[in-house]
Amino acid sequence: MSLQQLASRLQESFATGFVKAVEWRGDLAVTVTRDRLHEVAQFLHNDPAMDFDYIVHVSSVDWPDDEERFEVVYELYSIKKHHRIRLKTRVPESDCIVDSLTDLWKGADFMEREVYDMMGIRFRHHPDLRRILMPDDYTEGYPLRKDFPLRGKGWRDTFEFLDETAR
Amino acid sequence: MANEDQRTTVYKIDPAHPESETLPTLRTEELLLNMGPQHPATHGVLKVILELEGERLVKSTPVLGYLHRGVEKLAEDGTYHQFIPHTDRLDYVCAMYNNFAYCRAVEKLMNITVPDRAEYLRTIVAEVQRIIGHQFWLGTQALDIGAMGVFFYCFRDREILMDWFDELCGARLTTSWYRIGGVERDFTPSLLEKLKQFLDYFPPKIDEYVVFLEKNRIWLGRTKGVAIISAEDAVSFGLSGPTLRGSGVDYDLRKAEPYSAYSKCEFSVPLGKNGDTYDRYWIRVQELYESIKIIRQCLEQMQDGPIMADVPSVTLPPKQRVFTNLESMIQQFKLFSQGFDAPPGEIYCGTEAHKGELGFYIVSTGGGKPYRLKIRAPSFIHMGAFDHMSRGYMISDAITIFGTYDIVMGECDR
Repeated sequence: MSLQQLASRLQESFATGFVKAVEWRGDLAVTVTRDRLHEVAQFLHNDPAMDFDYIVHVSSVDWPDDEERFEVVYELYSIKKHHRIRLKTRVPESDCIVDSLTDLWKGADFMEREVYDMMGIRFRHHPDLRRILMPDDYTEGYPLRKDFPLRGKGWRDTFEFLDETAR
Repeated sequence: MANEDQRTTVYKIDPAHPESETLPTLRTEELLLNMGPQHPATHGVLKVILELEGERLVKSTPVLGYLHRGVEKLAEDGTYHQFIPHTDRLDYVCAMYNNFAYCRAVEKLMNITVPDRAEYLRTIVAEVQRIIGHQFWLGTQALDIGAMGVFFYCFRDREILMDWFDELCGARLTTSWYRIGGVERDFTPSLLEKLKQFLDYFPPKIDEYVVFLEKNRIWLGRTKGVAIISAEDAVSFGLSGPTLRGSGVDYDLRKAEPYSAYSKCEFSVPLGKNGDTYDRYWIRVQELYESIKIIRQCLEQMQDGPIMADVPSVTLPPKQRVFTNLESMIQQFKLFSQGFDAPPGEIYCGTEAHKGELGFYIVSTGGGKPYRLKIRAPSFIHMGAFDHMSRGYMISDAITIFGTYDIVMGECDR
């Protein structure tokens, strides 16, 4: 199945919920609305022509100027059919939650935890949604958000930096 | 038994069997054991909370992040060229392959075609790195589970290749030899000669490692039938590399989406049957032979030619020209200080490193810096399956399972 066929098949099956499909550099990225994400993922996972049995990664992008600030990205692959798709959805900051896909792909567990840890997006029905790379008691925010400073926050700000020119 | 310490003994009386009154039942409860973060067999700083029933693992919870350095955040602050040395520090025993995976991702973003000779050079060095990675894995895995001798033999041979890297790029571990659009420098005749010598020297040595292990009862007992994962589960967890192929799933990006010079080489992808630790070991040993085969073919097919794509707005000029030619110097300076202008868009590019699929997801909004860079690190994803794979095995098998993933915490925590 070519990427165009794949995209049009998805569009037919999900008339509402399908936002757009972009093909660039041989990658197909399909954006769906947040409420249909789980259904679309289930279709991609179970439909015999799609057969996306392998989850490559879960990621997130922060677009602070947009109305729906965050973007959750699922990259899927089919080992039998050898095709790839990138499934994306947008999440507003005020209601920062999407449906977890851990029931479809077990590997999504750690990947979604990382997204939660780094970007602060929560996942509904996730079995164990805790921080994963940052400490459990970390309260300084979500490091990969664009408003999080590169040098870090919190107690690091209290460090005294020596002025090199003063010597 | 009855007059043992009362604190651990509970007497139960079952009305249906009054004779049980005389048989004390030991009070059992699960024991929590912290393994790590400072444990020599965890290959870095990894902590796992083990819930034990006797000596059996009931549940294990990996606690990651001790080596988290925020590499993905750092990437957003530097240009594309400046990120190459950061990739060395991801999987620090396998730096070349990280460079390779990253450069391929940026080349996909910039739509650059790498010249033929550079592709061959890249493939050769990547396979040398795969040999180093597997030697390192075999040595440490054997050391962890009780076969110390193999470690010395593996490291003896690894040292030859480390010196070879040293001669190639001036560093043993943090190499940074790959460049966007090509490679930093060509092989010298001395390097070629040494590599050819190694190819003749090495295959009998692999047989040597195997003899050490195949007849070692401890090794066989601790790897056969340990940490079995079914093909279905392995795919669902997103495992990759030898960890996935051990369960018999034929998924190797070198074959599935051939890149670089792999499409021009003949090699086979060994597959396991049982999905246990022994099969994953066997696959890695077979991959050593396959890597030798690939390097030999590349050396035969390689022709003279440029080693860097000629796209002045993106790729670096040759070093000799930088010192003699004003335009080249300006080009070099501008590329490193401002970077190149990437088109807006997003790509994902996966590469088959020796641990598994190492991928980079790059979002660009134009300009010289990536807007978002996500690293798909195989070690991190493999740790997600740790709980599933360790249930029901003994404490000592936990060590085997870390080892079988070939885990490196620098990559896992990023």
